[in-house]
Amino acid sequence: MNLTLKVWRQKDASSSGRFVEYEARNIIEEMSFLEMLDVVNEELVAKGEDPIAFDHDCREGICGTCGIVIDGSPHGPWDATTTCQLHMRAFKSGDVITIEPWRAKAFPVIRDLIVDRSAFDRIIQAGGFISVSTGGAPDGNAIPVSKDDADMAMDAAQCIGCGACVAACKNASAMLFVSAKVSHLGLLPQGEVEQDRRVLNMVRAMDAEGFGNCTNIGSCEAVCPKEISVDFIGRMNRDYRRALLRNE
Amino acid sequence: MSKLKTLYQSSLGKKYIMALTGLGLFAFVIIHMLGNLQIFLGPDPINSYAEFLKSKPALLWTARIGLLAIAALHITSAIQLIMINRRARPVDYSTDKIVAASFAARTIIVSGLIILMFVIYHLLHFTFGAVDPKFLRYEDYLGRHDVYRMMVEGFSNPFASAFYIVSMGLLCLHLTHGVSSTFQSLGLKSRAYVAAIDRLASISAGVIFLGNCAIPVAVLAGLVK
Repeated sequence: MNLTLKVWRQKDASSSGRFVEYEARNIIEEMSFLEMLDVVNEELVAKGEDPIAFDHDCREGICGTCGIVIDGSPHGPWDATTTCQLHMRAFKSGDVITIEPWRAKAFPVIRDLIVDRSAFDRIIQAGGFISVSTGGAPDGNAIPVSKDDADMAMDAAQCIGCGACVAACKNASAMLFVSAKVSHLGLLPQGEVEQDRRVLNMVRAMDAEGFGNCTNIGSCEAVCPKEISVDFIGRMNRDYRRALLRNE
Repeated sequence: MSKLKTLYQSSLGKKYIMALTGLGLFAFVIIHMLGNLQIFLGPDPINSYAEFLKSKPALLWTARIGLLAIAALHITSAIQLIMINRRARPVDYSTDKIVAASFAARTIIVSGLIILMFVIYHLLHFTFGAVDPKFLRYEDYLGRHDVYRMMVEGFSNPFASAFYIVSMGLLCLHLTHGVSSTFQSLGLKSRAYVAAIDRLASISAGVIFLGNCAIPVAVLAGLVK
C-alpha cells in the first residue's frame, strides 16, 4: 500500500517545528507502524536527508518507549496497543496519516517525534519504590497477599510509563500514571507501610513538573495500551486524602 | 495550618475543594427545589415557609454567607484548575479528536458560566427585586410577603421562564458530570460502585431538572395562578 504521511519535524527542543509530507511506498500490511517508518527513513537516508527521529526499544509492546500521536490518537487507532504493535493493516492504501509527538509542557519535544519523559522518572524517584533491607531472598508466600489485592496490584503494575495518558488528556494530566504506580505499590503489604509518604511525595512531584489536573473525562483510560482504569485515580484521591489527614 | 496549605496548593487538594463545594451547592439546589415545589400546595404553605425563613435572620444570613463563600470557593478553584490545565498543554494537536469525554464533561466550563449568570439574574429577579421592584412589596391576606404571587407573575413572563428552563437544562448537564466527579475526586468511587454512582448522578440531575421546570411550565400553562 502507498500512504501519505504528515510528520512533525523539529530539529531540537529550542527550534520550532512544522509538518512535512512524505510518501510511504510499497508498505505491506504485516509491517508494524514503526517498521513502516523504518522504510520511510531508509529512503530518506538514501536521499541524504535526516531520518525521522522516533523513540522505540523492545518493539513488543512491553517497554513503554515508543509512543506517537497518530491521527490525533496516542498509539493510533487500535485499543490496548502500543505504537510498535500497531500494524499497517489498520490503514488502507491512499490514507493520509498525521504523525505528531506527545504534547505536554512537562514532555518537551527533543527532536521530531521524541519527547523528554524524564518528568516521569522524577515522579518515581519521589516515592515510586519500596524500601527493603538487602540480604537473602525472602521465602515465597511468607507474606500472604489476598487474591483481590494481588489482582488489582497486577492491573496497576501493567503500566509501562509510556505517557499516552498525558498525551491524550486535554489537561496533560499525569494522574493515571501516578495513580497506577501509587496503587500498584500501596496494595501490597511490602509497599503499604510507606504509602502515606509515597502518595504525598509523588503527587507533589507530579504537580511540580507542570502536569495538569484530572477532570474525570476518561481519555487516558481509553488510550492506555495497558488498559489501566481510572478507578486507580479514585484510589489515589482516597489514599492522598487519608495521608494528608494522618501526616504533615 | 500546613495541612491546609498543602491541601490548597496541591492538584488533588483543589479537586477536593471543587468536590466538597460542589456537594454543598448540590445540597442547596435540592433544598431550594423542595421549598419551591410547595407552590403546588397553594399560596399558604410557601408564604409561611418564606415567613419562617425570614423570622430566623441568624440562620438565614449564616446560610446566605455560607453559600456565597462556597460558591466563591467553587469558582476560584475552577479558575485556578483551568489555568493550570491550560499551561500544562501549551501546544495542541493538529487534529482535534475527542476521546471518551462525554458532552457534559467537555462543556462543564460553559454550563458553569451560564449557570453563574443565571444565578445572578435569578437573585436580581426574586431576591433583590431589581427586575420588578413591586415583587418584594406583594403581601398576602396575613401581611406576609406574597412569594406565591411573585413567582406566578415572575414566571408569567415567557422570556424569564425560557431562560430559567434553559438554565435548568444546563444545570442538569453540569450535574451529570459534576456529581459523579465529586465521588471520583473524593476517592469514594471504587470499582464496585461506578455504575451506581453514575446512575445516581443522572437520576438526581434529571429530578432537579423536572422538579424545577415544573414550576414555570405550570405557571405558563395556567395550572398555577
